[in-house]
Amino acid sequence: MSREPVAVIGIGQTKHVAARHDVSIAGLVREAARRALSDAELGWADIDAVVIGKAPDFFEGVMMPELYLADALGAVGKPMLRVHTAGSVGGSTALVAANLVAARVHRTVLTVAFEKQSESNAMWGLSLPIPFQQPLLAGAGGFFAPHVRAYIRRSGAPDTVGSLVAYKDRRNALKNPYAHVRDPGITLEQVRSSSMLWDPIRYLETCPSSDGACAMVLGDTAVARRAPRPPAWLRGGAMRSEPTMFAGKDYVSPRAGRDCAADVYRQAGITEPRREIDVVEMYVPFSWYEPMWLENLGFAAEGEGWKLTESGVTEIDGELPVNPSGGVLSTNPIGASGMIRFAEAALQVRGQAGEHQVDGARLALGHAYGGGSQFFSMWLVGCERPEA
Amino acid sequence: MTRDVAIVAFGQSEHRRDSSEFSEVEMLMPVLHEVLGQVGLTTDRIDFTCSGSSDYLAGRAFSFTMALDGVGAWPPIAESHVEMDGAWALYEAWVKILTGEAETALVYAYGKSSPGDLRGVLTRQLDPYYVAPLWPDPVALAALQARTLIDAGLTDEHRLAAITARHGDRTGADEYVVRPLRRRDCPPIRDGAAAVVLAAGDTARGLCPQPAWIRGMDHRIEAHSLGVRDLTDSPSTRLAAERAGAFDAPVDTAELHAPFSSQEVVLRRALRLDDTVAVNPSGGPLVANPVMAAGLIRLGEAAARIHRGQSGRALAHATSGPCLQQNLVAVLEAS
Repeated sequence: MSREPVAVIGIGQTKHVAARHDVSIAGLVREAARRALSDAELGWADIDAVVIGKAPDFFEGVMMPELYLADALGAVGKPMLRVHTAGSVGGSTALVAANLVAARVHRTVLTVAFEKQSESNAMWGLSLPIPFQQPLLAGAGGFFAPHVRAYIRRSGAPDTVGSLVAYKDRRNALKNPYAHVRDPGITLEQVRSSSMLWDPIRYLETCPSSDGACAMVLGDTAVARRAPRPPAWLRGGAMRSEPTMFAGKDYVSPRAGRDCAADVYRQAGITEPRREIDVVEMYVPFSWYEPMWLENLGFAAEGEGWKLTESGVTEIDGELPVNPSGGVLSTNPIGASGMIRFAEAALQVRGQAGEHQVDGARLALGHAYGGGSQFFSMWLVGCERPEA
Repeated sequence: MTRDVAIVAFGQSEHRRDSSEFSEVEMLMPVLHEVLGQVGLTTDRIDFTCSGSSDYLAGRAFSFTMALDGVGAWPPIAESHVEMDGAWALYEAWVKILTGEAETALVYAYGKSSPGDLRGVLTRQLDPYYVAPLWPDPVALAALQARTLIDAGLTDEHRLAAITARHGDRTGADEYVVRPLRRRDCPPIRDGAAAVVLAAGDTARGLCPQPAWIRGMDHRIEAHSLGVRDLTDSPSTRLAAERAGAFDAPVDTAELHAPFSSQEVVLRRALRLDDTVAVNPSGGPLVANPVMAAGLIRLGEAAARIHRGQSGRALAHATSGPCLQQNLVAVLEAS
């Protein structure tokens, strides 16, 4: 039995900002969903099922909010699934939706991911004290900074590399009308002199806290043939998980990430990712994760990722553009961030990325991770339909 | 959808009113060992793992990661999680097997309601702007539904008593909690865990002498606002049952996730179940309703009846949300 090919035929996102006081949670997700439907020139009635994802419910203070969002997403009378796989959830949600099409259970599926972080405080939402369990410290930065230091020590990377990533992504964000942090006057010197939050991560090398939603319409081959704009075809998708902590865990380059990428490349027949893949949207919440993931995803040998960043390979006009959208460093509604990576990858191969379009992008990787560098989801999309 | 997929093993914990001596992982691990032991599998032979649980019950973000550490995801595994009852985790795993990417799947769910005030906690899943600030709890909402049923002449307190009497000895629980619901009409609050193993085709036949084949499965959601719903009916259950093929042939068993006795009245009507069908031979959620696992347990109990040769065709139902807002129906067969 073969999988039904899956196409991305509609993409929508909100203008990401620190606080969307003008809309409810329902209003936020509906805005992204309507834009995705409009891109696909479809109506609510054309959707067979809705798959929604977000990160912890404490971020808005609503338990299982999909129940309340059923009406706003046109899901009444339809199947509705809610995915939660920590920070990777936006990607996982898209893959769960894609499987509904691939398994021929449904033909047209709406998938949505969101976070409205202004409803609460994400850092402390992540840090609720539980008796007899190790606290996560103060938010994600405190957890990841030691692993960044381990990478710097292991690779011998010069300590300027992180600021280069942040400077690049913040400039890319200026080309993306949906990006949250947009500072036209940003300079490399500003990044390098911004306050140190969690050594070696400085303020301007850190993701913002955003309100935002992203939505995609996925369809099977017949649905894609009727789509008004070129679809992005799913060429490979995978999820991998590993434990939070155990002796022998490599936090710098987790095996789950390497295995997940290998699975995606195998599905797509990719043997040389650096040469064959045209653009990458990877989940980089703290600047140093760009060189770290370049190695983990097989774009650079171990200890060599920072050299790609330093030599400009990952710039938007480089050989392997990374995060032309501005990435998580410029926009971070946590539960949606993974889906935004997946959607931006799809926009690139559809040729619909506007000012941040990478010329000739035919194959793009979307990447997300979460938890203690333990949950990974990735998809590779292309402009050509795979064999059924 | 041409692939045959079956439930080949089911296990559940002893459901406790107070499990303060146990962590979620300690509650779950014996159940996982039990289901894997039933089919002689080790975790390295599981192609896909999917779980259901709620951060709001655990009181911490990413609570499912602690369970995953217990499951032992090393080397890394293909894994997913729904913030829903485990019945929907089973649905996701079933779809994964249908794609052809997995032959076997482990599904688990757990919930500890005892550390908090469950009636208070569940008010947090209501519309956060217009309803949650009023803190209407699930018993109050179910009572509203029961009153609507009584006013419509579809049941009365005597008939509700007959339903509860079928679910074991619940005498002495006749004080009202919220009129017209008495203590015996409401689910006991329990902590618990459950797990199933799914397998495709010949793999299933090799693992289990009598697999419970999933002939169809579907789920549907209704509007959230109670004011726009007819609480005496469950159109989402009926539609899910139609899509799952439940009406194509009679079933001999139905495991219904009706946490309140009055909700069994609604579900029996929507599913057209008559007195020839054994409804909740397991005792159902009126005996044990560990939130987040109770729906998966209905699927597991129905499958276990088939495993034991006590059923040829069974219906299993799971619900979520206030007053049966979201419903899943699966049809399981012995052959």
